[in-house]
Parts: sequence; C-alpha cells; structure tokens
Amino acid sequence: MHYEYAIEGGNFSKAGLASSEVKKKLRQLNVDNQVVKRVVVALYEAEVNIVAHAYNGTMNVEIDEEKILLVLQDSGPGIPDIEKAMEEGYSTASPEVREMGFGAGMGLSNIKKNVDHLDISSEIGKGTRVEMITYINRGR
Amino acid sequence: MKVSELVNNLGLKVYSGESGIDKEVEGGYVSDLLSDVMGNADTGMAWITLQTHKNVMAIASLKDLACVILVKGLEPDPDMAAQSDKEGIPVLGTSGQAFEITGKLYEMIKK
Repeated sequence: MHYEYAIEGGNFSKAGLASSEVKKKLRQLNVDNQVVKRVVVALYEAEVNIVAHAYNGTMNVEIDEEKILLVLQDSGPGIPDIEKAMEEGYSTASPEVREMGFGAGMGLSNIKKNVDHLDISSEIGKGTRVEMITYINRGR
Repeated sequence: MKVSELVNNLGLKVYSGESGIDKEVEGGYVSDLLSDVMGNADTGMAWITLQTHKNVMAIASLKDLACVILVKGLEPDPDMAAQSDKEGIPVLGTSGQAFEITGKLYEMIKK
C-alpha cells in the first residue's frame, strides 16, 4: 500500500497533519501498536523538519507485510553537515520556531531512536531526503 | 483516574475539548520542548506546559495523551482550543506554577 502527502514549508498550523493521516492508516491496517507509536514519533519529527526548514516537501509511505518505508523529500536549503545535525542539542532553527518549543535539537535523534533504518542525503540549495524503515514483525 | 476527577480535585479550568473529559489519566509529563514530549511522553499522560499554540494538540493527539494542563493562568490560543475540541482532548488550566500542579498531580496519581 502506498500513500503520499504534501507538506508545506513554514506552515506550522498544518504541521503534523500528514503524520496524523498515516497514524490513522496504520491503525486501520491493524499494525502493532508499539510499531505505530515509534513510527509516529519519527514521522512527526521528519514532517516538522520540513515545515521548519524547507520550502515544501512530500511524505511517501509504503507499507507491506514486512515493513513500513517512509521517504520524506523536500525542496529546501539542504543540510551542510549531516553528522553535526544528528548531534543531540544541535539546531539551526530560528528564534521564532524555538519560542514555540521546537528547535531543541532533539528531532533527528528522536527519529534515529524510533526507526530500524535511517538514511539522510542532502544537497545544498536543493533539498533533503530522509528515508526511514521500520520492520513490522521484528519488534526492533 | 479520569480527567474529570483531576478537574474537580485540583480545581482546574476546562478551556476546551470537554468531550474527552472521561479519558483515563495514567501519568503525567512536564515539558515545554515539543520534541521532548514527542520522544518521551506516553499514552494516557497529562501534559503540563506553558505552550499555548495549536502544535501542542498535534502532539497530544499523535501521542494519545489524556489532556493538556496549562500553567500560570495561560489560556490556549483560539486555534489550539478549536483543535482540542476537534480531537476531544481536554485543555485544562491552573493559575499555579508547573511545580505546584505537578506535585499535586503526582500525589493523586501515584499508587
């Protein structure tokens, strides 16, 4: 099964909508609750990253019996140093975004903790692609 | 314990999301950092915070939290209240500080 959602950069009033739709789908498909909980954390963080940093993006979700494949692709400034960005506490979020309680530098580590496979690739001035895989039956 | 019992025992205001007043509260989490809550809160918790914008409800819904408790007399932004009504997750309020309400809530919930 495949679903695609559009994500608007800069629009915090819609942040989380796509993740919420995916959560509903996973529940309908009777995916194990612990798996849903983990996927939702990773998805939301990846979605908010697009809202906070990029111009626009897409969330693609592919579900089969074995795994959930999540690909978030954006048009945006890109990440100059992915290793640095992965460090807990490191953030390039704006002061406005931080005031809302985002931008604590916890997003990518939340993602890493909650998926089985994470691959981030980025091109400066073009955008970023985040690929995540969670196995459904393996637990973790 | 139900959200309604928290409201009655702690004298909390109910700003919105009254349809969720019978939700079970199984614990609490105190934080103003959204990713902290996203990463560490769990189903059925009451979230104590000073954040009053709509994204709080997105997280409360994704994490299946029982309710949100705003501290220091803060009120939810109109779009936060509207989202709370839509999701049926109550937004409550206290005039006290996070420290006080957390202590009281802890006393009520701990077995």
